[in-house]
Amino acid sequence: MDDVALAAGGGDGVTGDVAVLGAGMHPWGKWGRGFVEYGTVAARAALADAGVDWRDITSVVGAETVRGGYPGYVAGATFAKALGWQGARVSSVYAACASGAQAIGTARAQLLAGLADVVLVVGADAAPKGFFRPAGGDRPDDPDWLRFRVLGATNPAYFALYARRRMTVHGDTLEDFARVKVKNAAQGSLNPLARYRKAVTAAEVAASAVVADPLRLLDICATSDGAAALVLSTPEFARRHGAVSPVRIRAVSTVTPTYPTTVLDLPDIATDSAAAVPPAEHTFRESVARAAYEEAGIGPEDLSVAEVYDLSTALELQWYEDLGLCAAGQGAELLREGATAPGGRIPVNTSGGLASFGEAVPAQAIAQVCELTWQLRGTAGARQIEGARVGITANQGLFGHGSSVVVVR
Amino acid sequence: MSRTRTPVVAHWFAGEGDAFRLLGTRCTACGAVFFPREDVLCRNPGCQGTDLDEVPLSPRGRVWSYTDGRYRPPAPYVSDPELPWRPYTLIAVELAAERMVVLGQGAPGVTVADLEVGMEVAAVPGVLSEDAGTTWTTWHWRPVGVTA
Ligand SMILES: [Zn+2]
Repeated sequence: MDDVALAAGGGDGVTGDVAVLGAGMHPWGKWGRGFVEYGTVAARAALADAGVDWRDITSVVGAETVRGGYPGYVAGATFAKALGWQGARVSSVYAACASGAQAIGTARAQLLAGLADVVLVVGADAAPKGFFRPAGGDRPDDPDWLRFRVLGATNPAYFALYARRRMTVHGDTLEDFARVKVKNAAQGSLNPLARYRKAVTAAEVAASAVVADPLRLLDICATSDGAAALVLSTPEFARRHGAVSPVRIRAVSTVTPTYPTTVLDLPDIATDSAAAVPPAEHTFRESVARAAYEEAGIGPEDLSVAEVYDLSTALELQWYEDLGLCAAGQGAELLREGATAPGGRIPVNTSGGLASFGEAVPAQAIAQVCELTWQLRGTAGARQIEGARVGITANQGLFGHGSSVVVVR
Repeated sequence: MSRTRTPVVAHWFAGEGDAFRLLGTRCTACGAVFFPREDVLCRNPGCQGTDLDEVPLSPRGRVWSYTDGRYRPPAPYVSDPELPWRPYTLIAVELAAERMVVLGQGAPGVTVADLEVGMEVAAVPGVLSEDAGTTWTTWHWRPVGVTA
């Protein structure tokens, strides 16, 4: 890896870098407590990691949860109150699975605009048992309600449609999918913050119950309780604070799709029609990654590590292609070569991924950046990828949300 | 016992037998087609259209992908918790003329073993659920030539 655009303390990137002073998480699991507790534990861990006093934070950005009632919708204020009101400006953002990245994006915009100099970003969730489900009531105007009412189409059903399509179009096999789980579970076994910390074999994946053909229970991520937090600052604040060579966020992509969409996406019952307007050159997921690369002034060849949203094993392979780690259809081959495992060309999901964490929606995109921060600092312990200098996250949520964050050191 | 037959969503489909069609809308300004229907604004970002006509969608398409649901979905999906869960298929179908993919349940009796990507299927009338007074109707995808 050369250091062309990445010199520590040097250029602040195309749009300007922000420093990651602190990262902290509450362990993922099913703890049976509230999201506020998880979020404040993560926040205090991030503040302690940064060595920043909570009272010096000038802005708090909360990633919302829709499962905590009103306090969840005003997550930023909820966390600020729980930590002790101290007058900081506050924001709360919701963007489904990309909520955490949008919270980081909001913090970054405030830092780059000079509206704040050190910002706390927090996302936390307490997940229900079983399938995610829509809000209650009779709401035929809500596509999320309609897909359950009319089709009974759960999230895993969509993951399964993508997986079957890959098997037919690209020749992926169930063994390839299992290999993703085996790889990620091995990493999760090394991560004290992960919910599942046990190695998994291909035979165990194959023996698990089919949830939505062709995907089995161990191909699909669980829903978890968890929280993640970051302390972000301007480069000037970081220098004053004595952070000599902090990890930096160089890009935050939160672009929306381009009409007409051509990939059936949650919670939709149909794609757009491409009869009147031809589709864009790139799919939505590809465009999320491309915007991040462009903003950061880097390409896939510059990456040391990646954290991608493996809602299912098959989706991880899709992300390899959408991130440009390999050509379309070559994801399974990249995996089989070992390129995405530790020691490979571009290790993916060194944290263990969603396979080991389960999904805590508003926390997940923040947790991805926590892992990259530790990897780039060289403090990831048994999971450490030697010499990691550049990392990327990728994530996609319902209703046209996606995110990708580029982190450098 | 007589129940009223009511579409699970109004104006998404109509007709009986071979005349059954999914109903979308088409923008009179740019020709963009929408399903589920848009009745107020055209979603083509380059179009200011507000006038959309109802159009039937192609009655047949080809399987883009398929799956099934081995576990009972949560509400608002309606199923009798007293009865054992019976998996149904979900089929995503590519309509050539509209250049779009439309999801639907497979017709009763169609299993994933009966399906292949690229197979021709037809939209047929189906029943989603029944309660005391109402038969809730829907659309199903059925492989062409299969009458199960
Ligand atoms: Zn139009």
